[in-house]
Amino acid sequence: MRSGLLSAVSLIFGLAALSPTAATASEPQAGGTLTYAVLGEPSTYDCHAAVSFQELHYLAPHYSLLLRFNSENYPELEGDLAENWEVSDDGLVYTFHIRKGVTFHDGTPLTAADIKSTYDRIRNPPEGVVSVRQALYDDIETIETPDNHTVVMTLSQPNAGMLSNFASPWNCVYAAAKLEDDQRFPVENILGTGPFRFVEHASGAHWEGSRFDEYYHPDMPYLDGFRGIVMTNSALVNALSGNQVQAEFRGLAPADAERVKEARGDEVEFIEGGWLAFFFITFNTEEPPFDDVRVRQALTMAIDRWGGIEPMSRITFLQHVGGLTRPGSAMSLSDEELESLPGFARDMEAAREEAKRLLQEAGIENLSFTLTNRSTPPFVPLGLFLIDQWRQIGVSVEHRQLDTAQWATSRLSGAFEVLIDSAGEWNDDPSVQLNRFLSHDKFPANTSRAIDRKVDELYEKQKREVDPERRAELVNELESHLLTEAYSSPGFWGGRNVALASEVKGWNALPSHMVNQDLRSVWLDK
Amino acid sequence: MADISSPTTKVVDAPRRQRGQIMLFVTTQPMGSAGLIVIMIMMIAGIFAESVAPHDPVTMNYMAMLAPPTLEHPFGTDAYGRDVLSRIIYGARTALVIGLVSSFLGSSVGALIGVASAYFGGKTDMAIQRLIDILLSFPIIILAMVMVAILGRNLWLGIDINLVLAIAIPIIPKVARVTRSAALSIRELPYIDAARTAGFSHARIVLRHMLPNVMAPYLILLTAFIAQAILLEASLSFLGLGVTEPTPAWGLMLSGNNADFYREAPWLVLFPGLAISLAVFAFNLFGDSLRDFLDPKFKA
Repeated sequence: MRSGLLSAVSLIFGLAALSPTAATASEPQAGGTLTYAVLGEPSTYDCHAAVSFQELHYLAPHYSLLLRFNSENYPELEGDLAENWEVSDDGLVYTFHIRKGVTFHDGTPLTAADIKSTYDRIRNPPEGVVSVRQALYDDIETIETPDNHTVVMTLSQPNAGMLSNFASPWNCVYAAAKLEDDQRFPVENILGTGPFRFVEHASGAHWEGSRFDEYYHPDMPYLDGFRGIVMTNSALVNALSGNQVQAEFRGLAPADAERVKEARGDEVEFIEGGWLAFFFITFNTEEPPFDDVRVRQALTMAIDRWGGIEPMSRITFLQHVGGLTRPGSAMSLSDEELESLPGFARDMEAAREEAKRLLQEAGIENLSFTLTNRSTPPFVPLGLFLIDQWRQIGVSVEHRQLDTAQWATSRLSGAFEVLIDSAGEWNDDPSVQLNRFLSHDKFPANTSRAIDRKVDELYEKQKREVDPERRAELVNELESHLLTEAYSSPGFWGGRNVALASEVKGWNALPSHMVNQDLRSVWLDK
Repeated sequence: MADISSPTTKVVDAPRRQRGQIMLFVTTQPMGSAGLIVIMIMMIAGIFAESVAPHDPVTMNYMAMLAPPTLEHPFGTDAYGRDVLSRIIYGARTALVIGLVSSFLGSSVGALIGVASAYFGGKTDMAIQRLIDILLSFPIIILAMVMVAILGRNLWLGIDINLVLAIAIPIIPKVARVTRSAALSIRELPYIDAARTAGFSHARIVLRHMLPNVMAPYLILLTAFIAQAILLEASLSFLGLGVTEPTPAWGLMLSGNNADFYREAPWLVLFPGLAISLAVFAFNLFGDSLRDFLDPKFKA
């Protein structure tokens, strides 16, 4: 009886002691300035022209989007400036109802006209304006604004990935009045409706923003401001270890994470997850013998991906084996499906024998070639791994390591035999993920320079298929075909490991380091 | 009485004299001899690396990544499971080939320019010396980095010819300046006047009569700059401008993934660092001793 009474009293006191703490810990607190590092300097202030997190991690807190990815439930979409939306049954008409009471940082109210001007600039950029992702919005035929708070976009044909395209983190909404005066206004000025006003950019040093008190969400943002510090990777590890910055949102390599963990212990929290970034081998199909599918298949078959991922994950942020879509994403091939495709066999002895047979059948003896690579991690470790794998089927490889600019030039000009390439996207949608493999005459950035009409046909079909199940089948067929032809062959997929000081709360690591960077839900647990 | 002009006697005497010189060097220059022994060991290791190294230097062993020193891997393994000792042994080949070839090339061209500059004198000498002043104003590593950036990579028989040139070029002005000083006094000697009077060409006077007489400073500089070239190759590789992975090279072993893991696996940087230090120390010892042995001023 006494024991029961004691237990009850303990339980009551325990709950009383725990509850307020837990509530306090989980309830966002207002105030404070977040200091975080960004590995680089922005090359433009214009989100529509930007291509890297080096721009987005500074710009995103100043802008709102039409839709956004739900940070608690990725890849679900939620409204940002659009309070809600409807899509017609035929998938052609998208109607967005825009929030009322939203203002730009200069106090002017946001209307449907601002959304229209922004999307007109993206899909049909005037002279002198760069819109990098213009092609994703080719299907938009008209944009109408029947009233100040309604936007109707009509497509010329159904596009299964279009809704997620409206959540693109690059589609910062600009003020129509400013664009009317000068379409290049956003290139040098920052005026958005996002949670933070722009304060200062000291080139090569830092970027500052302060809380926008009229932000449409009543409580957000929680922070008084933020300060992004421009840093190199080595400086970043020291800064995180020395508590000079509270976060870096892209992710750390294992050795760097270990150093930070050693220095800060429990004062730093590591948020790990999958990464919508992968590193792959591209064969230049215009250069013999890589125009022969047997040679490409032999080289991909020689790679022990399942055995190699564990050691690679110890020394790099490469963490997962996968095909050409992110492993575990809605339309990716399962491990079992991959195992039946060239390059994913578990029995490496048999795979390497088959690789040798294919090379012999293709009339190739003592194959040697140059592997063009970028001289930064994880490119170099991956390159060394591949060279070692190919050596095991008697192929000798010269490792040509170039700095980023030279590598990028070789990549685009086709001045390589075999190249290690990478892709980091903001959206799992196959139309975004697989467009780089379209025929070279349709998509010049296809580094393999292959022309394959079956790829183009399957890509187009999946893009137009609005039934998710049927679309998944088409995507799987396309991916299987691409992996069989092996114009480009996966290396490994990355994993994110983001270090946050333990006082930083309210931020989730989504698969892309491009999304969820507006900092509106971030708060400091003081 | 022996006929000292007899060819038979000459043949017998020459090796005997050489042996005597070597013994004299060994007895009078013990530190230089120690350096020479280390150099010989390095050369043997480099030349016979296939037989000496316990493992293949490029074969990865993912079951033995970052393994500490054991009997199987006396210097441990690196981030890819490659045997560090084997990579150091093969790295000696890279260091010696690039060091010897660069130093020989830089010292030879430098000696030729220095002697020619002294011989012609006047405006030619002044122009060459000002050019040398410009080259000497750059720190040797900066000049080599500029050369690597300009020349790019050009592999021939596994050796990056442009890397060799990039290391050789900063050596040229230093050697040219020293050999010019030696050649200036030779230019004034009567046998050079005699050669001019006999109508010999400038090329013949410079190559046949002056150059052989600056051989002592040339040899001293050659050995001294081998050490510099090895250090320069290691520095350029460390900076990612020299030899590239997976080629075993000492400087390269101190960078990349090895640099990332030096805290948990200190053998990754300890042994290549020691190899570089030992090689440079050995060549410096040998160079200094050679100078003491050959230079009549030091003998006095």
